[in-house]
Amino acid sequence: MRPAAGGRGPWPGRTSWSGRPPRAGRPPRAGRPPRDGRTPRDRHPSPPGRPPHDHHPSRTRLTARRFARNRLATAGLALLVLLFLAAYVGPLLSPWDHRTHDFLNFLSGPSAEHWWGTTQSGLDLYALTLRGLQKSLVIGILVGVVSTFLSAVVGAFAGYFGGWTDRVLTGAVDLLLVMPAFLVVAVLSPLVRGSGWPVFVVLLAAFSWMITGRVVRSVTLTLKEREYVKAARYMGVPGPVIVFRHILPNMASLLIIDAVIQAGAAVIGESGLSYFGFGVQPPDVSLGTVIADNTNMAASYPWLFFFPAGCLVLIGVSLAFVGDGLRDALDPDAAGAQARAKGRGKRAAEEGRRR
Amino acid sequence: MGRYLLRRMAGYLVLVAVAASLTYFLAGLSLNPRARFENRNPPLPEAAVTRTLDDVNMNPDTPVTTRFARWAGDVVHGDLGRTLSGDSLNDDFGRRVGVSTRLLLLATFAGSALGVAVGAYGAIRQYRFFDRFSTLASFFVLAMPVFVVGVALKIGATALNDGTQTIKVLGEYDAQYAGRWDPAALVNRAQHMLLPALTLIIVQVALYSRYQRNTMLDVLGADFLRTARAKGLRRRTALLRHGLRTAVLPVVPLLVYNIVLLFAGATFVEKTFGWHGMGELLVDSVAGQDVNAVAAVGVFTAVLVLAAGLLSDLLYAALDPRVRVR
Repeated sequence: MRPAAGGRGPWPGRTSWSGRPPRAGRPPRAGRPPRDGRTPRDRHPSPPGRPPHDHHPSRTRLTARRFARNRLATAGLALLVLLFLAAYVGPLLSPWDHRTHDFLNFLSGPSAEHWWGTTQSGLDLYALTLRGLQKSLVIGILVGVVSTFLSAVVGAFAGYFGGWTDRVLTGAVDLLLVMPAFLVVAVLSPLVRGSGWPVFVVLLAAFSWMITGRVVRSVTLTLKEREYVKAARYMGVPGPVIVFRHILPNMASLLIIDAVIQAGAAVIGESGLSYFGFGVQPPDVSLGTVIADNTNMAASYPWLFFFPAGCLVLIGVSLAFVGDGLRDALDPDAAGAQARAKGRGKRAAEEGRRR
Repeated sequence: MGRYLLRRMAGYLVLVAVAASLTYFLAGLSLNPRARFENRNPPLPEAAVTRTLDDVNMNPDTPVTTRFARWAGDVVHGDLGRTLSGDSLNDDFGRRVGVSTRLLLLATFAGSALGVAVGAYGAIRQYRFFDRFSTLASFFVLAMPVFVVGVALKIGATALNDGTQTIKVLGEYDAQYAGRWDPAALVNRAQHMLLPALTLIIVQVALYSRYQRNTMLDVLGADFLRTARAKGLRRRTALLRHGLRTAVLPVVPLLVYNIVLLFAGATFVEKTFGWHGMGELLVDSVAGQDVNAVAAVGVFTAVLVLAAGLLSDLLYAALDPRVRVR
């Protein structure tokens, strides 16, 4: 006795309620639509007048839907898009270039001609800030991606292979954590001076992956014991392939969230280093250098500070909101999301009581 | 417990040594102390510069391993060496640690206490106005680099001052009060202290309140809290004595690490407000191509990281009856 197929058994992978094992041969796959060309939507049409209901949303779809429900997260994403637009389209709207000095306007306030005012040397602050915004955004996102990749590879290899690989890599992580990252990057900055900002990205990423690396290692230790990893190992799949094909994809949500958070941290770190002259070097401009160049005059000419600093804060806030929203959407079991759901339930109960 | 601690200490010491040596090599290879003496007018004689550099063990032409051997020998005997201008780094450290301590002691304790309070209160009043406001505000503060907070406060203070000098924005005290501790000098110091301390407190409250809110939310749903209420404790007593006490525990390591590490680098605050503490040395040593000073900062920071680790382990064990290593 076989049900109509399509995963209506007692639990996934088991299609019979009778206690007898399902018929030999190719077992029906649970959770998949039957092969008669009808989708669940055809079999359970939505009532007329209602939008069609999606019975089997994909994981991406589900995540996107949860993300969209989160108001702060969508606001953060919109803000991020706006910032990118401002950074790359904004400069086209103004006649001023970030390198052109206006010798008739030194330290003039925001006006119709110079929207955000000018600096001490007559540079247009609007053009300068947006140029810095471009660089800060790119640096932040690149560092986020690179450092997350580093932590994923190091953590997963240490966790999966164990033994000496683990000991050496964990030792390296401990050592890098003890060394003051800010000091080391600052010390190394003279060496990479003149080789442009991409090298700076590598430097920044090299000193910001360690904590996530530890997390990835401990997650790997549990994933290693899962059946699918064991199966792959007994089939003779080489270790590195298992790491990249079976272990890392299964902590994708952790890595995605971390990349976003790291990007935010990198933007702040970059601006801090650039503030002291250890970061982005001229002729490149970042938000940190713009703020640093004008910080002496900030008290008397506040717009010199508020426009670039405002952009910096907006990047940080938008990335934080997006990261938070992604965490809740990808990882509904995490503490924050659960607390949120619990709170919602509690509030509903309270409101019920009040009525 | 004693043997466990000793083993842990030994491991820590090895790490400190390796980290400090690495920092020295990086600084020794990357920085160029000779640059400090170039482009002087009138130009300094080559031989004199070389002699000065040799004196302080920073001649880039000496192999870095030789320099390292001499430096390491001194450090083992408790001498951090001399700066490029020839001053003893030990004395400099003593002075700077004093400055940093005066700046940080009050601010860190106020910041921690306030952060825990704000976070816990936010959790209790979840989704009410205070919670929403503090969450959003801490998001914004955490999205700012510390120097942005500092400079913004500075601009605000300048506007508030309105031409007077009530809130001072630069230095630890005015020149005429140097070395004095009478009431007038104390008032002057307080005027200088207000802004940097406020900056530190704002940043710390934002950070700690986020963590504290999360741990407190976890505790609020716990059975033991319901039990405490059921046996007749008032809500406030139950929340404070059973809730908050448990919820603070997971935040303790974070607090300890941050407080201890602040001493190595309230860099941004010290640079923004012109205090001559440890954080300032970190930036100035690199900018001044001073290898010994950089290495000394490296040693100091590594020691602090490990001290913080040890301290937080000890404190955790003392506070949490479940952790007892035999």
